[in-house]
Amino acid sequence: MPLAPDITQDTIVSVRDLEVRFQTSDRRATVKAVDGVNFDVRRGETFGIIGESGSGKTTIGRALVFLLKPSAGAIRHEGIDPLALPRKRFQSHRRDYQIIFQDPNAALNPRMTILSSVLEPLELARAGTGAERERQAREALDRVGLPQDVGERYPHQLSGGQKQRVVIARALTLKPKLIVCDEVVAALDMSIRGDVLNLFADLQRELGLTYVFITHDLAVVSHISERIAVMYLGRFVELGPTERVSEHPLHPYTQALLSAEPRPLPSSLREDSRIMLQGEIPSPIDPPSGCRFRTRCPYARPLCAEKTPDWRELQPDHWVACHFAEHRDFAPN
Amino acid sequence: MPAAAPGKCRSEAAPGAAPPLMSVRGLGIRFKTSLGVWQATRKIDFDIAPGERVGIVGESGCGKTITGLSILRLLPVNLAGLDGSILFDGTDLVSCSARAMRAIRGRRIAMIFQEPMSALDPVFTVGHQIAETMRVHTGVGKEEARAKTLDMLRRVGIASPERRIDDYPHQLSGGMRQRVMIAAALICGPQLLIADEPTTALDVTVQAQILELLRELSETSNTALMLITHDLGVVAETCTRMITMYAGEVIEDAPVDDALVRPLHPYTSGLLRSLPHLSPRHGRLPSIPGRVPSIVDMPNGCRFRARCTHATQGCEAEQELLDAGGGRKVRCWRFRELDLPGALQHDASAPIAAMAGTP
Ligand SMILES: Nc1ncnc2c1ncn2[C@@H]1O[C@H](COP(=O)(O)OP(=O)(O)OP(=O)(O)O)[C@@H](O)[C@H]1O
Ligand SMILES: Nc1ncnc2c1ncn2[C@@H]1O[C@H](COP(=O)(O)OP(=O)(O)O)[C@@H](O)[C@H]1O
Ligand code: SF4
Ligand code: SF4
Ligand SMILES: [Mg+2]
Ligand SMILES: [Mg+2]
Repeated sequence: MPLAPDITQDTIVSVRDLEVRFQTSDRRATVKAVDGVNFDVRRGETFGIIGESGSGKTTIGRALVFLLKPSAGAIRHEGIDPLALPRKRFQSHRRDYQIIFQDPNAALNPRMTILSSVLEPLELARAGTGAERERQAREALDRVGLPQDVGERYPHQLSGGQKQRVVIARALTLKPKLIVCDEVVAALDMSIRGDVLNLFADLQRELGLTYVFITHDLAVVSHISERIAVMYLGRFVELGPTERVSEHPLHPYTQALLSAEPRPLPSSLREDSRIMLQGEIPSPIDPPSGCRFRTRCPYARPLCAEKTPDWRELQPDHWVACHFAEHRDFAPN
Repeated sequence: MPAAAPGKCRSEAAPGAAPPLMSVRGLGIRFKTSLGVWQATRKIDFDIAPGERVGIVGESGCGKTITGLSILRLLPVNLAGLDGSILFDGTDLVSCSARAMRAIRGRRIAMIFQEPMSALDPVFTVGHQIAETMRVHTGVGKEEARAKTLDMLRRVGIASPERRIDDYPHQLSGGMRQRVMIAAALICGPQLLIADEPTTALDVTVQAQILELLRELSETSNTALMLITHDLGVVAETCTRMITMYAGEVIEDAPVDDALVRPLHPYTSGLLRSLPHLSPRHGRLPSIPGRVPSIVDMPNGCRFRARCTHATQGCEAEQELLDAGGGRKVRCWRFRELDLPGALQHDASAPIAAMAGTP
């Protein structure tokens, strides 16, 4: 979906030097879940974030919609700092920035009808009259492709895909500008995943929505996103246009991720040369010094342990954090 | 006769080439529930040859796990009945005595699960658990069991196993736990390993390591692998044959490459086409309309009928698993006349181009 250039240039969210730290449950150590991340999200785009579990994706998503407070750094929504707003304004501001999680069961109250669930945010926002709110809620259910009678049903009477649609409808009632989608298709069966992804694309076109699409599924993220950020152990290692990142990755970790993805292709069409990473992602409590990927990187050198690689725009709009990204060994394909 | 050469079974593994290690016929599973008896699966037919790697694919609830569990007779307590037969190296696992089953389970047929933590006992060291499995089944002494355990941990890729053998499960990462599970499953040298979603809980870079390990172990020891997964990519990378299930039935059975390139069943084709890998970026994903029928309300005739764009009147008749030649089977009477697209772009170029054109 090409967008007019003046719209794409417009920044809706900007993130600078974002850090989020947690105490471990025994309070003896600190987890640097997000450790110095920089990016802008452009209005109307789908911004994909990919990474393995524990890399900090969900934490970024929650910080973006102020479900948690950054430990350091800045997040601006259309240039303003929501935390600086008076309480009331902050509450109404947050409605424009929604988040949807993986598990629709956790998001829906089993004892509430679907219609009441969808109405809930509207009622909290005290938007319009009762009749108007109901019309809006039903409209949202209709828009996500659910049959009319769904409103009177309960969650257990719906399939997983239908429940995820209800959660999307609920996020839509407040007419947000941006939705953070955290692993929203992971729990869905493959034959309906396509349906839900199509729905996201349709809604974006109709409503001019911006998405931050978080997933560990490469095929999904590269299908839906204009740009992709690759995350490893609390930091971005690469960020660029989808085509560049998935076809000419600059970072060794991105290359390994792409090569590890199992492809549903016959043997004659699969390359056998696979970059097999050793070991697993280290603990964020005690991350490696310098480049955090160095303990698994096939190209690591002494410098990688000494110095944190800079986050630099090596090619137009294509960012990477690796000391040797322009080294010929890394030349794509 | 010698088993099929390991690593070469792909595509030329026509049934009949080697006598099957296991032959499943008419397998069906019924459960007692408060709403009556449910027929969860029925008419399951398939063979596995020695050293063959068979992927069982299908959507949530189609019956993959309970089919795997029924081979080891590890079914839930509310089982109402098991129909059909499972002939394993001359023994019918459906009707054999509990004692005969115990001699096979864990020793000649082993199983690993999605969540290794639930299968490992948290109060024993991993070394103890593997060695005990071996002692129970083979009666070897303590020393020998420990030596063999160390050896096995090394084979499954645990670095410095002499340091890890006395660790407890919680001290290991997810990938290491899955390796330990595989070591425990393989310690008695089983002829068949059933792996139910063994990598679903793992990250993709670790998944690649484990799949590589399973493939290599099956090749070097000629262990047959029955790999249950919903990920067609995993099957393509690991298996020689693919069995597709839908709503409690086997609907297609074919060498992996054939199933991917030229599926014979409309459901297999629809599944392949709905994968984002195969569609142009940002284009619409083809999807299968409707949803899987409920276990309590299965339609007569072809169970895929309500969602099938090729359905005609004849589809209301019960569908049997038909022999399609070339080692392939399909549960669709129209398979000869349908020309269905698979995982290759050129086979589907017309519809994809048309889709890319629409805004
Ligand atoms: N104990 C039980 N009682 C009643 N029904 C059951 C029981 N166990 C499984 N079923 C039903 O049998 C069918 C097959 O279940 P099974 O666990 O084999 O699915 P699966 O293909 O492994 O799915 P998934 O991909 O979600 O693991 C489902 O409809 C399930 O609800
Ligand atoms: N509330 C919390 N308290 C302590 N640690 C947390 C909390 N939330 C997340 N973490 C830790 O932060 C890291 C990143 O987590 P998360 O953002 O959920 O990763 P992802 O979504 O990429 O899987 C993990 O190590 C996780 O255990
Ligand atoms: S900085 Fe060094 S360790 Fe990090 S990715 Fe680049 S080469 Fe590898
Ligand atoms: S039998 Fe008919 S409805 Fe069933 S898959 Fe074949 S064509 Fe479709
Ligand atoms: Mg997460
Ligand atoms: Mg299962």
